[in-house]
Order: sequence, then C-alpha cells, then structure tokens
Amino acid sequence: MKTVSKVYAFLVFLFLYAPIAVLIVFSFNGSATMSRSVWSGFSLQWYARLLQDRMLLEALRNTLVIAVIAAAVSTVLGTAAAVGINGMNRWARRAVMNVTNFPMVNPDIVTGVSLMLLFVAVSKAMGGRSLGMVSLVLAHITFCLPYVILSVMPKLRQMDPNLYEAAQDLGCPPAASFFRVVLPEILPGVVTGLIMAFTLSIDDFVVSYFTSGTTQTLPIFIYSMTRKRVSPEINALSTLLFAAIILLLIVINLRTAKDGQEKTAGKER
Amino acid sequence: MGKAKSAAFPYLVWMVIFILVPTALVVVFAFTDRSGCFTLKNLEGVGRYSNVFLRSIGLGAAATAVSLAAGYPLAYRIARTHARRRNALIMLVMLPMWMNFLLRTYAWMTLLEDSGILNHILRFLGLPAAHMINTQGAVVLGMVYNYIPYMILPLYSVLTKIDRSVIEAAQDLGADGRTVFLRVTLPMSMPGVISGVTMVFVPAVSTFIISRMLGGGSNLLVGDLIDMQFLGSAYNPNLGSAISLVLMVLILICMGIMNQFDENGATEGGVMV
Amino acid sequence: MGYVASARERARENFGRAGEFLSEMRRKIHREGGWTDLEKQPIVSLRDIAVSFDGETVLKDFNLGIGDGAFVTLLGPSGCGKTTTLRIIGGFVRPDAGDVFFNGKKITGLPPHKREVNTIFQKYALFPHLNVYDNVAFGMRVHGKSEREVKAKVGEMLGMVNLKGFEHRNVNLLSGGQQQRVAIARALANEPKVLLLDEPLGALDLKLRKDMQVELKKIQQQTGITFLFVTHDQEEALSMSDEVVVMDKGAIQQIGTPPDIYNEPKNAFVADFIGESNILDGVMREDFLVEFAGRKFRCVDRDFRRDEPVDVVIRPEDVDIVPPDGEHLAGVVRNVTFKGVFYEIIVDVQGFKWMVQTTEFERAGAEIGLSVRPDEIHVMHKSKYSGTFGDYSTFSDEMDEDSRPAGGEAR
Repeated sequence: MKTVSKVYAFLVFLFLYAPIAVLIVFSFNGSATMSRSVWSGFSLQWYARLLQDRMLLEALRNTLVIAVIAAAVSTVLGTAAAVGINGMNRWARRAVMNVTNFPMVNPDIVTGVSLMLLFVAVSKAMGGRSLGMVSLVLAHITFCLPYVILSVMPKLRQMDPNLYEAAQDLGCPPAASFFRVVLPEILPGVVTGLIMAFTLSIDDFVVSYFTSGTTQTLPIFIYSMTRKRVSPEINALSTLLFAAIILLLIVINLRTAKDGQEKTAGKER
Repeated sequence: MGKAKSAAFPYLVWMVIFILVPTALVVVFAFTDRSGCFTLKNLEGVGRYSNVFLRSIGLGAAATAVSLAAGYPLAYRIARTHARRRNALIMLVMLPMWMNFLLRTYAWMTLLEDSGILNHILRFLGLPAAHMINTQGAVVLGMVYNYIPYMILPLYSVLTKIDRSVIEAAQDLGADGRTVFLRVTLPMSMPGVISGVTMVFVPAVSTFIISRMLGGGSNLLVGDLIDMQFLGSAYNPNLGSAISLVLMVLILICMGIMNQFDENGATEGGVMV
Repeated sequence: MGYVASARERARENFGRAGEFLSEMRRKIHREGGWTDLEKQPIVSLRDIAVSFDGETVLKDFNLGIGDGAFVTLLGPSGCGKTTTLRIIGGFVRPDAGDVFFNGKKITGLPPHKREVNTIFQKYALFPHLNVYDNVAFGMRVHGKSEREVKAKVGEMLGMVNLKGFEHRNVNLLSGGQQQRVAIARALANEPKVLLLDEPLGALDLKLRKDMQVELKKIQQQTGITFLFVTHDQEEALSMSDEVVVMDKGAIQQIGTPPDIYNEPKNAFVADFIGESNILDGVMREDFLVEFAGRKFRCVDRDFRRDEPVDVVIRPEDVDIVPPDGEHLAGVVRNVTFKGVFYEIIVDVQGFKWMVQTTEFERAGAEIGLSVRPDEIHVMHKSKYSGTFGDYSTFSDEMDEDSRPAGGEAR
C-alpha cells in the first residue's frame, strides 16, 4: 500500500514537472533547424538571441513597470479598504465583500472583455487615443485589489480590536495610532498582498490581452511567440523565468518561515 | 469607528468604476445592436453556438473530474505525511503554477506534436506514432495540467485540518479503514472538494488559450468565440457581450449550486502562497 | 466571606445607635441622587446618558458621578451596560444623548487621545510588536517626553508592578499576570486622573486573581488615582471597592458601600446578585412589623405604607437553627452540602425552599426550627424584579453560575 501511494505521488509529480524539464533541456539545444524536439548538442545560442531581442526587452520593461505600479497602488488602496470594511457593520461588510469576491469568481475573460468595453468607450470619448499602458495599469490594479484585501482582512480580524483604542487611550491621535500600532500588526498580511499583487500582475495574460491595445507585456509577447514562429528562444525565456521564480520563492519561504516561528512563539503565552 | 469606514471609500469608488460599470457595459452591449438600439438578436445569436457551450462545459467537466480523481489521492497522501515533509511536497505542487501558463501549455505542444517528443519516444520503443495534438483529449490534458494544483491545494488544506481524534473516534466506534474514509474523511473534506471543483471548472470552461494551442482550430470553446468577437476576425462586440453575459450567468448559477452543497458556506482553503 | 462577616458585625454593633440614622440618610440620598461618595467632588460625571446599538437600548437616562480618589466598581451581569459606561468615559462610545463631564468640564465630544483617563482593557491590548519597556513608554513618547524622563518613569512604573528586569522581554511571552502588570504600568505611566479597568482580572486563574485584587487595591491607595473598575464578580466588587454601583439592563439598581449593598439591598435583583438570598413575599403590617411565611416578625424597617406588599430578604448565614418548638418557623431538611467552613442546607418550609448556612451538621429529613433576628430581616419595596427569583427548589451551584448572565431567573 505504501509503495503504491509512493509510486502514485511520483507519477503525479512526473506529470507536473516533465514538461517543464523538457522545456528547460531544449533551451540549451544547439540545433540550427529550430526543431523543438530533436537534440543536437549543447549551446547557449538561444539565450544570446533572446537577450538581443528588442521587443522582448521592451515587453519585460512594460511588465515590470505595470507590476510595480499595480502592486503598490493596489496594496495601499486594498489595505485602506480592508481597514474600512473591517469597521463596517455586518450587513455593509457582506455587501462590499460580495462585490470584492465578484472579480475572483468571474471568469478572467469576462473581466477582460468588460474592462475593454470601458476603455474603448473612454478612449472614443477622448478622441480615439489608445490608453495603452494606462489602461493596463488600471486593469491590473482592479484584479489585484481583491487579493490584497483578502490577505489583509484575516490579519485585521485576528488583531485585538482594543489595540487601536489602547493607542488612542494613551494619547495617540487616530491616524498616528494606525501607523504606530495597527500597521505593524497587519504588516505580514500587507506584504503577502503586495507579493501576490506583483506576481499576479506579472503573470496575467487574459485581462492584459483584452486591455493592452498595442502595448506589449511579457505574457503577450510569449503568446505571440507561440503563435507566430517556432523558436527555442521561448524555451530559454521559460528557463530564465523559472529560475527567477524559484529564487523568489526561496526568499518568500525564508520570510514566511520566520513569520511562522514568531507565530508559534506567540502561541506559548 | 465612523472614521475607519471612510478608509474604504476610494476602494468603493474604484470598484464602482472598474467592476460595476464595465459589467453593466457588458449587459448594455448584449442588449443593443451596433447603432445602440435595444435588441434581443444578440442573445438569439448565442443560441446558434449552443454546441460550443456544450463542448466547453463537457471538456471543462471532464478536466474537473480527472483533476479531482487524480488530485484527491495525492492531497490525501500529502496531508498524512509528516509535517516537515508536507510543506516541501505542497510547495512542489504549487511551483509549476508560478510559471506562466502560456509556457506550461507551450511545453505540452512540444510534447504532443506529431513530430514531438512523445512520438519520438514511441518510435524509439518501436510503437506506432499517435496523433495527439489538436484533439479534445489534448485540450482536456492541457486543462488538467494547468489547473490540477487548484484542486490539490484546497483539498490538502481541508484534509490537514481534520482532527486526528475524529478519525480515531470513528475507529474506536468500530469503523474499518474503508468506512472511516467514506463516512468520515470524505464528508469532512467536502468543502475542499467544492472549492477545488469551482477553482478548476471556472477557468477551464472559459479558457481560450489551451483550446487554441492544443486543440487546433477545430475544437472551438466559448473563450475562443468571445475572443473572435472582440479581437478576432468576426468583430462584433455586441454578440461577444451577449456570449460573455451568458457565460457569466452560467458560471454564477453553477457556483450557486455548488455552494448549496457546502452547508457552512465556507470557502476555506482557496488561498494560495 | 471574612470581609462580609466583619462588615455585618460592625453593622450589628451600629444597630440602634445614632450612626445608623446618618448612614440611613446617606443611603437615601444615594438612592435618589445616583452619586457615589458625596463627601468628594465628582471627577467624572455622566448626565442623562442614552446609548443604543443597532436599535437595542444599552443605557437610558443614565446618571452617575464618580468621586475623586475613590475605588468605584460597576457591578452587574454581562449585557448590563457596565462596559459601555466605561467606554463612554474613555471616549470610545459616543452617547446618543446626554453629556460626560470631567472635573466639571464637558468632554462629550472629546476624542480618546485628548482625555486624561486611561484604560486597562479586558485582554490588556499590549502592543505585540513592542517589548515591555516600549509598551510602558508608548504614552510618554506620544506626548513628546524626553528619553531621560521616559527611562526614569518606566523604571518607576515597572518597580511599582514588580516587573523590574523585564524591560526587554517580548510581551507575547509573558504570563497572564505579568501582561496584566505591564498593562497597569503602561496606563499609569501616563499619570491619568482616572483609571478605567474593564474586567481586568477575568482572564486570570483564581489564585492569581486574588493576589491581583490585593495588589490593585494597594496601587490605588498608593497613587490616589480614581479607579473605575468593571466586573461581574460580586465577591471581587465587595472586597476591593469603596463604592459599588450595581447595574442591570442599562440602569443603576443601587449605589453604596459594599456593606450597604450587601446588608441593605434595594431590590430583589441586588439581593439575588450579591451573595445568596432567600427572597420571600411579605406584607408590611406596620413600622417594625412584617408578615411572611404565615407569621409576623419584628424587624428594623419602617416608613412603609400600612399593609404594603414587600420583598423580604434573609441571608442564608443569618438563619439560626433551633429545635422545632412551635414558636419558630418549622421545616424539613431536604438536602445537605458540605462547603468546608459551613454546611449549606436546603430547608422546606411550607413548600418554600430556604437556603441556610450553618456550621452544625443536620441530617436530611430532620425537622428543625428556623430563627431570624429582627435586624437580619431586610424589607424592600416591590420592584420589577419581584417574583423573578424563586426559592432554592431546583438549585444547583453549576446551573446558577451558568444561567446567571442570561438574566438570573433560573432557580
């Protein structure tokens, strides 16, 4: 029984990782025929070509700019929103949380299409100017916001509601009380929200696809690569992204491990 | 606490502009023609594509079923391993999700192609080559591959929360392994099943990338249909809105039905990272 | 109970003396005015306060003055409005109507951070991201005190609460009692005029709670700061306070010193909530003569209408057991429970179950007589609480504890 379940787990993980492994291996393929499946010696040529690709570098730059702005804005707006929603009565909180959950249950494609309708209508009203980057940033903030709120909310609910009052009781004005007492308490949730918003923004294709106009982001660039030509450049790109992700996850894990330690320490009281 | 509430004000304004107004626009476009007059033609037009809807739902349901059948045993196994190894294993489940799903799907293209790696292997083993890409099976495979982590994660988090003493109590009352699983573990993990099913089904039904990359042109899904109306050759945002509206309503109804099964209405275990 | 017994002793000695008249007068003023400790100027007063949450009335027509330098306790079951009263004074709840005065100045609309009162919260609300030192220093730093001043004051405060050497500890790793002390030090470091304490001992275990009661009382006497203490524990209220304000359903039931409250409960609610009581229906035949349980008894109460229906309260420890001789109330022992210092017995007197506390053992089924001295019979006007408290026929300790907050009518 034990070995059966071990073999089973191994097979599922093989299923999950084999395609990625193939992708990575073929990024080092020396084939000049651009074949995706015939191995012909080790080479870094695709990496070299990739790094000279102007379009790619611009798409990467756009993606990072959008992700930084979207993550920052949605974190600030979302944290403030979570604080506000937490202070509402049950009825209002329910209503607002339903609207907040809506973009998360709604299919991405519908979110993308609906935002596209809005941006097209606005750009028509503004004389046909394409919104490009601006519309992408607005769209990304919109779909990041619920995730920030959902990661900050539990921290607020866990927090002793008297903390905020205690700070004021000791003479701290309300706004200062928030920054000195509440924010340090909910910070882990805020940081989680920030990271989630950042990665969601970088990773998003569907909503960007409908709202980008002519602007290229990395996922859109990848999409056009898979459509138009067959090139191991894309494998090289995958490998680089995968490496970056693993690096990021290691950093996050170290952070959450520290957070977890503090939590268990806190439980001992 | 009156002041705290006002902190949500900018957010509320934002959500009205970027969620409620666009959704209303979809509804308006669905019920108007190109000149802006009220019409039901678009919705009638959707009827012509009922076969596409059926195919989407069918393939989405198949992918969901496979994900559940394949994901549950793994989630169960991970939930029952030692806590230290557990985190590493669940991390392994999540890791592929962090890779852009276009790349994940592209990887399968290179595997399934007629001249792809799987066929190379088959040939190497002396077996006849198989045509795999551009079939419905390939689309379902792509869906399962992309979305199975969304199934495993909520299942896992519900299964780890089940108190061991509940299992022991069942054993103490005379239940054997099979009975414990069927009568205790499975019912208690239902919230995880529900949230896993919705988290796989919704993106699977509405995808247009997987069908395009692995299904070729012949296995059109609702997502492709919508894309064609907005950014494709068949440009017709009114019809596209009508299709989007129908898709949205269908999914909301499905979610409503699913939530009926979830007695507590708890949507636990759906959070990643 | 030692405290109660000695208070009773004192009251007994006072009986018939001139002092009795004065304290009777004071009690009367208390009842009508709603002020605690009249000799002193009130430092905090609440006038005509009304509060409701979601349409549910929490306080109405609420008037209270807190004497400067006193240890005043708000006592009542949960949901009686005592914590709301505290939060109004702290500035966290804005009353729908009425005003709050501090040293004669109106502070109704003043935000919490501008009030010269500090609060000890129920679960202490220590700042988890700050250590002990920084928690205690918080208020002073907010007020822009120099670090030298801060250091001196924190040292002094931690010395007062016996936490010297704990400066750099993580507050999350302290025991409940230690957290409590940090909360006290943090609040007092701000040198408030009034300290509000919201059930601060509720989370501590019994032994620690007793120690903290003594310590809090000591700190209050040392500093001379007015303490307004909220609790639902009557024993805690009686043993710590100078004055007790008994509350129920958003209204003050009685204000008085602990002996006053215990010995002269104003109505059936107070009698039942403070200690154990046998509450009987009676009729006041004339001054100093009350009839209940089918007999006439001499008592020390007067100024009732002739033949006015009244509630009669007799404490279980005030009933003396005598041989059944026909002159006294006669009953049958139904149940005997050993309580350590005394036996608690339930006596059936013509169908009404009395609770009696006695140091001598009585066997269940024994026929006994009950004797009550005139000064141990407390006569009260009928109130809305009359009849809510029955006899001890279905009494069990646990049920009493369980059901009291729900309204106290279970018996």
